[in-house]
Amino acid sequence: MIISIVGLSVGILLGMICPLDIPVAYSRLFSVALIAALDSVFGGIRADMDGKFDNTIFLSGFVVNALLAAVLVYLGDQLGMDLYMVALIAFGLRVFQNLAIIRRYMLDKKSN
Amino acid sequence: MLNKIGDVINSENQNRIGLAFVSMVLGLLLTLQFRATLVQKESLPFQRIEELSARLIDTEKERDTLRAALREVTERQEKESRVANLSDLEMTAGLVGLTGPGLVITIDDSRKTAKAGENMNLYVIHDEDILRVVNELRAAGAEAISLNGQRLTATSEIRCAGPTLSVNNVRSAAPFEIIAIGEVTTLENALKMRGGVVDTLKVWGIQTAISPRTSVEVPPFNGPSPFRHAKPIARGGAGESVKSGNAAGGSAQ
Repeated sequence: MIISIVGLSVGILLGMICPLDIPVAYSRLFSVALIAALDSVFGGIRADMDGKFDNTIFLSGFVVNALLAAVLVYLGDQLGMDLYMVALIAFGLRVFQNLAIIRRYMLDKKSN
Repeated sequence: MLNKIGDVINSENQNRIGLAFVSMVLGLLLTLQFRATLVQKESLPFQRIEELSARLIDTEKERDTLRAALREVTERQEKESRVANLSDLEMTAGLVGLTGPGLVITIDDSRKTAKAGENMNLYVIHDEDILRVVNELRAAGAEAISLNGQRLTATSEIRCAGPTLSVNNVRSAAPFEIIAIGEVTTLENALKMRGGVVDTLKVWGIQTAISPRTSVEVPPFNGPSPFRHAKPIARGGAGESVKSGNAAGGSAQ
């Protein structure tokens, strides 16, 4: 939990310092990558709280999910469909699920 | 700072370095996206830009086609006006045959026989008679005139040549047939005017027959170019020479 917050702050700092700009054409790809990262982070926190955090599963999940999402975006662009919505909704749903589980863990911890 | 992070990482589970890394990536993406959104909000909406650029391209295409059409029309017009000028000049110079409403005037020698002691010449058609007729026709606005098949041009002569008449250096004898294109009634009235040409010729018994036609034909002038000595002067040069001539005249006085 703490480590993810630290990582997040470092990332935000890096983002503020480095002068990268996202081209408008890639903004959708970036939004999907963003939600994939969000999903991975919440999934990781939840697994950590479950006590079954596995670095390999976590990292491979993040990379493969992000890649799949990128492929969906590309395919959607080629077919004229908003396929990236699929990735957004799937990741979004999982984020909410993980968040609910994390919340319950924290409530349990407090009551204990 | 880095040491601290390392401590934190070490103190916690070593495996969580992946979590830290992904969190960092998330933070990076968040800020980048945030900034990109800010930029997008500041500038025109993306869709609007696309729409505007599409419209711009359309308008540019339209402009190009219109420009091409304009150029084409201008060129065609220029060519046409040049052709029109040329054909006008050809008509004026008598290089083309012309047709239109007009008169056919036949003039023949007098049938009266000269009485003894009278001058035979009075009853014969002279170049001056024909000249007066032609002059009258021109005054009445005849656009093209031919005399016995010879088109009258700017350099045509009507001259007595013994018993014949020379026009464009071609001789012909009576009867003379003059064809004139123009407004029929005006031409006819000009000739038949009281005390006019026809009246005068009648006195001597010279026969004139004027027949108005809705369509007459005047042949083209088909001799060689009459310009052997004259050469055109460049327009700018003409003014110069006149000026210098005047100046010379002034100093002489």
